[in-house]
Amino acid sequence: MLKFPIFMDAQSTTPVDPRVVEAMIPYFTEKFGHPASRNHSFGWEAENAVDRARDQIAKIIGARDPKEVIFTSGGTESINLAVKGVAEMYREKGNHIVTTAIEQRASLDVCKRLERQGFEMTYVPVRPDGLVELDAIRQAITDKTILISVMFANNEIGTIQDMAAIGKLAKEKGIIFHADATQAVGKIPVNVEAAGIDLLSCTAHLIYGPKGVGALYVRRKAPRVRIAPLIDGGGHERGMRSGTLPVPLIVGFGRAAEICGEVMAEEGTRLAKLRDQLQDKILSNVDEAYLNGHPERRLPHNLNISFAYVEGESVLMGLNKESALSSGSACTSSTLEPSYVIGALGASAELAHSSIRFSLHRFTTEEEVEHVGARTIDVVKRLREMSPLYELAKEGVDLKSIRWKAD
Amino acid sequence: MAYSDKVVDHYNNPRNVGSFGKDTPGVGTGLVGAPECGDVMKLQIKVNLDTGVIEDAKFKTFGCGSAIASSSLATEWLKGKTVDEAAKIKNTDIVNELKLPPVKIHCSVLAEDAIKAALADYREKNAPADAPASSK
Repeated sequence: MLKFPIFMDAQSTTPVDPRVVEAMIPYFTEKFGHPASRNHSFGWEAENAVDRARDQIAKIIGARDPKEVIFTSGGTESINLAVKGVAEMYREKGNHIVTTAIEQRASLDVCKRLERQGFEMTYVPVRPDGLVELDAIRQAITDKTILISVMFANNEIGTIQDMAAIGKLAKEKGIIFHADATQAVGKIPVNVEAAGIDLLSCTAHLIYGPKGVGALYVRRKAPRVRIAPLIDGGGHERGMRSGTLPVPLIVGFGRAAEICGEVMAEEGTRLAKLRDQLQDKILSNVDEAYLNGHPERRLPHNLNISFAYVEGESVLMGLNKESALSSGSACTSSTLEPSYVIGALGASAELAHSSIRFSLHRFTTEEEVEHVGARTIDVVKRLREMSPLYELAKEGVDLKSIRWKAD
Repeated sequence: MAYSDKVVDHYNNPRNVGSFGKDTPGVGTGLVGAPECGDVMKLQIKVNLDTGVIEDAKFKTFGCGSAIASSSLATEWLKGKTVDEAAKIKNTDIVNELKLPPVKIHCSVLAEDAIKAALADYREKNAPADAPASSK
């Protein structure tokens, strides 16, 4: 039996796995100690729990030493700490940072702030399939470059970058390499050693853990990366992030990472199969529907399609009684601009307004996928019947030949 | 953002979706907006050339739910009005009726633009015949 509403927006957040909740509960009540309390059992118990979680997270990202994992409040803070922390610490060495045009908002906003403070940014463009060309990064590097910051997998289109190649290049040039892996960790194999990653941001709530906790991996050896803290205080987390650790959240994060490690291969295969099913169903039933992003190099649970001639928010409105999805339409963003990610692929602004993201998760069923697929097809067809653009296109009018009055 | 009941109703049951032949006598067509901005409205009126009364109206809209609702509502309001009365429909009337939030006001503005464009097209095509009818 289908249960409504169906959640298919798992790249915005995920439900907490019941096993994670179970692991967290004792740390709210009887095991409530402060991990920095060094002189009694409450503190030791909390510290042990935090260390275990650090270990679980180190494992899922392939870190050599759990001490390299610094807890933060989430992906946004991790990215802020990584990029601003490097910028401040290595300012004497240079003031140039290389990143891409499709980074998530947190990264782009950090870069904008640094630009106002005198740093120079290069936003490397991506190919139509969402991949960054290694040569484009190479060409962007100057003798002032101190950091390369690239997202491991994109939040909208799921495209997975060739991190190992970028890491190798960074190493050759002696530049620190930050990976925003918030969408990748727990979903696909991530290994900071194999990929030559020096800093890595991740978050719990996208891997069936709680909201409010994330981590930054900071490499300790070859090279030893130093970052300036954003928050000063008791010197927790090796001085890089002061503040009392939220032990229950950290315990949940650790358990969530551990579960992801156990089920990743099987879960990825299952979700990719369901995703492909959804994609085939939609693309074979709707003309002029375009897949956004790379057809192979993408997250197993991501599907992003632009439906020409219909606007994304109106599609969501037709679905939102029964299912939760998201769109790159301006009407669903706070900025009133359509998705810059779809725009960066070279698609027209119209197709950016028309993009719909389906993101599947651990608890998605085949029935749900079938239902959402069928409903999406219905809604798009209904909206096209009332779309003046579809009518014009069917009459053979080239929409580009019309002189639209844009405001 | 939650939608008002009226927006949802117009979205689910849009009134007067469709098209008239552009060159049919008495038909005025307005096509406003731009695809790259995320909304385009086509609004058409069919005027009784003897009475100057809008007998029928149709729309097609590419845009969000509020844009669809604004144009659907506009076609309802246009029917039965004279060309001069129709020109008095204001975007604020649409905002109030549909309880549009501030970020959706541009949808109502576009609907008003579409009405004005359809009326202008009608007047242009029927300039000599229209004058006596609308002054009755």
